[in-house]
Amino acid sequence: MDFGSINPVVLIASLMVAATPILLAAIGELVVEKAGVLNLGVEGMMIVGAVSGFAAAVTTGSPILGMLAAIVAGAAVSLIFALLTQVLMANQVASGLALTLFGLGFSALLGQSYVGIVPPRTEKLNFGFLSDLPVVGRILFGHDILVYVSLFLVAAVWYWLNYTRGGRVLRAVGENHDSAHALGYKVKRVRILAILFGGACAGLGGAYLSLVRVPQWTEGMTAGAGWIALALVVFASWKPWRVLAGAYLFGGIMVLQLNLQAAGYRIPVEYLAMSPYIITILVLVVMSSNRTRRTLAAPGSLGRSFHAAG
Amino acid sequence: MKRRELLATSAAALGLAATLGSKARAQTPLKVGFVYIGPPGDFGWTYAHDQARLTAQEHFGDAVETFYVDNVPEGPDAERIMTQMALSGANMIFATSFGYGPSLNAVAQRFPNIAFEHATGYLQEAPNVSLYNARFYEGRAVIGTIAGRMTQTNKIGYIASFPIPEVIMGINAAYIHAKKVNPDITLSVVWAYSWFDPAQEAAAAEALIEQGCDILMQHTDSTAPLSVAQQRGALAFGQASDMTQFAPDVHLTAIIDNWAPYYVKRIQEKLDGTWAADNVWSGIPEDEVTFAPFNDRIPAEVQDEANALIESIRDGSYHPFTGPLNRQDGSAWLAEGEVADDGTLLGMNFYVEGISGDIPN
Repeated sequence: MDFGSINPVVLIASLMVAATPILLAAIGELVVEKAGVLNLGVEGMMIVGAVSGFAAAVTTGSPILGMLAAIVAGAAVSLIFALLTQVLMANQVASGLALTLFGLGFSALLGQSYVGIVPPRTEKLNFGFLSDLPVVGRILFGHDILVYVSLFLVAAVWYWLNYTRGGRVLRAVGENHDSAHALGYKVKRVRILAILFGGACAGLGGAYLSLVRVPQWTEGMTAGAGWIALALVVFASWKPWRVLAGAYLFGGIMVLQLNLQAAGYRIPVEYLAMSPYIITILVLVVMSSNRTRRTLAAPGSLGRSFHAAG
Repeated sequence: MKRRELLATSAAALGLAATLGSKARAQTPLKVGFVYIGPPGDFGWTYAHDQARLTAQEHFGDAVETFYVDNVPEGPDAERIMTQMALSGANMIFATSFGYGPSLNAVAQRFPNIAFEHATGYLQEAPNVSLYNARFYEGRAVIGTIAGRMTQTNKIGYIASFPIPEVIMGINAAYIHAKKVNPDITLSVVWAYSWFDPAQEAAAAEALIEQGCDILMQHTDSTAPLSVAQQRGALAFGQASDMTQFAPDVHLTAIIDNWAPYYVKRIQEKLDGTWAADNVWSGIPEDEVTFAPFNDRIPAEVQDEANALIESIRDGSYHPFTGPLNRQDGSAWLAEGEVADDGTLLGMNFYVEGISGDIPN
């Protein structure tokens, strides 16, 4: 395919950047859902991470401390969800939606004094001569640390879920919580830890938006990225590498259509621009049907509350 | 959050009215509701409306009580929110986005005593629906002139939201005036298909800079493109409010939406009982369209040229859409000296000659 004046190397490099926030949030949500919990609060956790990371980075002058703060903040917000759904046995869908609403409002409140500030710059990692290599230099060795962290997380989650005892316990809890309980596994503890991990990842994804991708704090700046991340998990049928592929596909569509437009190509922009959202809606519709959920290999106990007595 | 607050306050207001009886009701302040498409903290479109709301609130003090609901999507949600506002005792409702039109008119027909003001709209199906708009294209003409003079690569990037007449009009105005001072320029338009999506807007800005554009304009509401421009060293213009703080080095000026005079005037009329539906389209002459201070990077002679253009629009001696102008396909639109009429502008669905690319449907 002839890209004309579009440099494919730059395109691939920028699609990786565009995809990183949703990739981070999605890989966290994947672990949560594998444990049998459906947390629809990704958007809310992301935006709280975005504002906390931004505030911490501005206050301390260090983007790395900002990212750590976002991890803590995302996990802290998800703890509310864990408390509601695992301890108080509230409905997961309603609690997740409430978490999103809460996160959007709470972040706007927290962020009031941070509007219009330029955050400290997140430097790209220096790989020495490797970064100067043609083509691969820009694609593989020209990014900031979080792009590599996100790739590492995908590999780590894949390995952990498939090849470690802990990962198998988590999957057992997600597939059939009653059996897991009968075998003596601590269903609630596993689920709460999974929820915390999901919150931390979503928070980090949000911080990537506010510190690297945009970089600034604005109310409501996640603008639906959390929902795309949620859909991505289903789209990937709960498989880590497919989450990576899906995230880069979504990021790629977005970056490619903008670049094609900027280069003056005549493309049906409207369809491309809405495609991630259409896929998201389709996926959510599919999700709502029990039968298709089974064929997609959804975790057996997804979204169901666990009560030890039952 | 905000919607919940509204529910809570409306419930409280109902309870209060019931306990205090009709005597207290006579002294209640005029309640004015605002419906926003984005967050007031966007530093763009919604921010500008909210600043005007605050100015009006300060101006009237206790006589008026303003409140708002933010992030209201266009469509059924907007109708629900406006109905809720009406039921909770609003006397006047300002809806500040183009797409609220059908919902607003539907609600207005059910509440004939409430004054409805719709920004940038065109539907007027009830006697209590008033339309107001600003001639932003006048501002676009001015920044187009500055862009034409300042670009080194002769490539100007334009981040557009949706292909509606308002946006197309702005693209045309900017292009015509950039071309006038610099015949070599080309304009690249990127449609973001969103009014507010910082990540998408930032990516659009990156794509345009990557294509060699050294100066960016935007018709989207976030400050993200300015942050990108600042990082990449491209020049840019703010949208709707002064965005200098986001890009102190490269922010040349901004088109500022100054709604305050209109809001104060209309609320006063409602208080006086003289409010009547109208359809106004103000611009530079009425100070509804103003500019952020020019950046020192703009050479003095370019500043003078821009100021002269502003003055000629102010005194009415110049209209940004003055012939001869052709449509993109080469067919004649305006003859020599002919000025575009408002109807054509408000329904504008074509590029002027010289702009490449298609307008999406």
